[in-house]
Amino acid sequence: MRPARLPGAVARRTLELAATFLGLLAVTFVIGRLVPIDPVLALVGDRASASAHAQALRELGLDQPLWRQFLDYLGQVLQGDFGVSRLTSNPVAEDIARVFPATVELATLATLIGVLGGVPLGVLAALRQGTWVDHAVRVASLIGYSVPVFWFGLMGLLVFYARLDWVAGPGRLDLAYEGLVEPRSGLLLLDALLAGEWEVLVDAWRHIVLPASILGYFSMAYLARMTRSFMLEQLHQEYVLTARVKGLAEWRVVLCHALANAAVPLVTVIALSFGHLLEGSVLTEIVFAWPGLGSYLTQALMSADMNAVLGGTVVIGAIFVGLNLLADVLYRWLDPRVR
Amino acid sequence: MRAWLLAEEPASPWQARLGRLYLGWRRLCGNPLALLGLALVLLLALLAAIGPWLAPHDPAAQALELRLRPPLTPGYWLGTDELGRDILSRLLCGARITLGIVLLTVAIVVPIGLAIGTVAGYAGGWVDTVLMRLTDIFLAFPRLILALALVAALGPGIDNAVLAIALTAWPAYARLARAETLLVRRADYIAAVRLAGASHARIVVRHVLPLCLPSVIVRATLEMAGVIVTAAGLGFLGLGAQPPSPEWGLMIASGRKVLLDSWWVATMPGLAIFLVSLGFNLLGDGLRDVLDPRQG
Repeated sequence: MRPARLPGAVARRTLELAATFLGLLAVTFVIGRLVPIDPVLALVGDRASASAHAQALRELGLDQPLWRQFLDYLGQVLQGDFGVSRLTSNPVAEDIARVFPATVELATLATLIGVLGGVPLGVLAALRQGTWVDHAVRVASLIGYSVPVFWFGLMGLLVFYARLDWVAGPGRLDLAYEGLVEPRSGLLLLDALLAGEWEVLVDAWRHIVLPASILGYFSMAYLARMTRSFMLEQLHQEYVLTARVKGLAEWRVVLCHALANAAVPLVTVIALSFGHLLEGSVLTEIVFAWPGLGSYLTQALMSADMNAVLGGTVVIGAIFVGLNLLADVLYRWLDPRVR
Repeated sequence: MRAWLLAEEPASPWQARLGRLYLGWRRLCGNPLALLGLALVLLLALLAAIGPWLAPHDPAAQALELRLRPPLTPGYWLGTDELGRDILSRLLCGARITLGIVLLTVAIVVPIGLAIGTVAGYAGGWVDTVLMRLTDIFLAFPRLILALALVAALGPGIDNAVLAIALTAWPAYARLARAETLLVRRADYIAAVRLAGASHARIVVRHVLPLCLPSVIVRATLEMAGVIVTAAGLGFLGLGAQPPSPEWGLMIASGRKVLLDSWWVATMPGLAIFLVSLGFNLLGDGLRDVLDPRQG
């Protein structure tokens, strides 16, 4: 680890990530150009006169050189303007703001499940390295790496909804409860809690618990493996031996010494895995008809609504980049050696 | 034979290489999970080769009077789908598509990644900075979303799906190859080869690249599992293979419509994806212990 001063290093990292974000915008810009739909024809129709065609071309800025068009695109995105969705006729930014809380709610609950399950399992596997416990955790996480998330969701619906009737079906809320709670944060569980609508809260919980558990399992598989290798690294260090020689209780050695140090890289991994959950939720949301960003993106994909597709891509990419930065800052803040 | 393979002083480079291979194989054999993975991968390869001849029915033949028969129906052991097509036959024919996607992706991604990584690591300086900044940009992207956007722009289809997956998969290999290259760049044997008058290209191809291979093989094996799942996801969304192709992800999508009444239509292809992907994961995990002992 190279010693670096915190503000300087963070500033450098921010610059790097800004470059990454610029790269992302360049890629989405290129993708937008690849689309085999002629935006001018889509606007004026194929019977328009040559002068109307030329005027539309000018109004869309398509007569400008490519670098000029890219700069215009940059300016629009930085102002939060992703154009208008063809599907909903709303500005894409407005649409995304509307559907995004549902995705955040799902991904947050899934991360909670992943952390609460994955970290203890990883610690256990590291402590019992080479025993059946370790192998069981290894197999459980390899299964998590191998199952297609959408299929897992379908199987979950089949077993827990259709056969056992333990949870509610697709969607975020039963029709009867729709609109009872005024959306304040957009997070349904929180809104229902704040409004004191217990029935809505229970119904929302019955809807979210299955998709969140499915996504949470994937996060758990990943975190358990990472925790295991971080813990093994720490447990082989000399300070652990010292602590044991001093006669500290084993649980203190493990929790207060080894885990406390393993927590530093772990926090960054958790931040990054939250980003992956936002992405993994695309397929999950389809299966569970969850009205979030994933469902919005796929509907846009199906109807070739490129403004919405690229807007969604930029937003998710920006969150990814932001989480990368957050992970980096957390790492430096938690690890005094890097400070 | 065994004594020859394990000879302390091999007489030829080939004997030494085969001896190393044999030792690796013996270590792999000590890991039952890795062997299970190998068996699953070999099974996929076998089915991809001869699946269409094993299939009891035409995978595209519709028989509406036989639609949605449950598993264990004589002649239709895994049941039939909503158009009366035999699921077992479709799975057998779909194996070829899955293996094709995996091989094609690896064939595109590994050379690109290796080339960029070794050149960046070997050349150093501004070449390294530019190439690695580019790699970092792609590495920081949400992969599935980017693949979705690409396929949306290029149009759905299995070729475009492979292209989209490949375009988002190469950075990891470039990173890996660069890290390996940096380890050997200053090694004495490289200096010796250079003194002997070898060109830069020859040094990279003959003396640096082979050392990157073990970790790249491990990575590629583990990655194949991810490629299979992602390709199936694109198929499920209708962006990959198109009907009536017996691609497994597409089969799950069609089974979704009849999920609650006829569970087997979606369950069987999902199990197939799961088993193949698990096979690659188990094998890759075992190979890592053999080839790349530095990473736990």
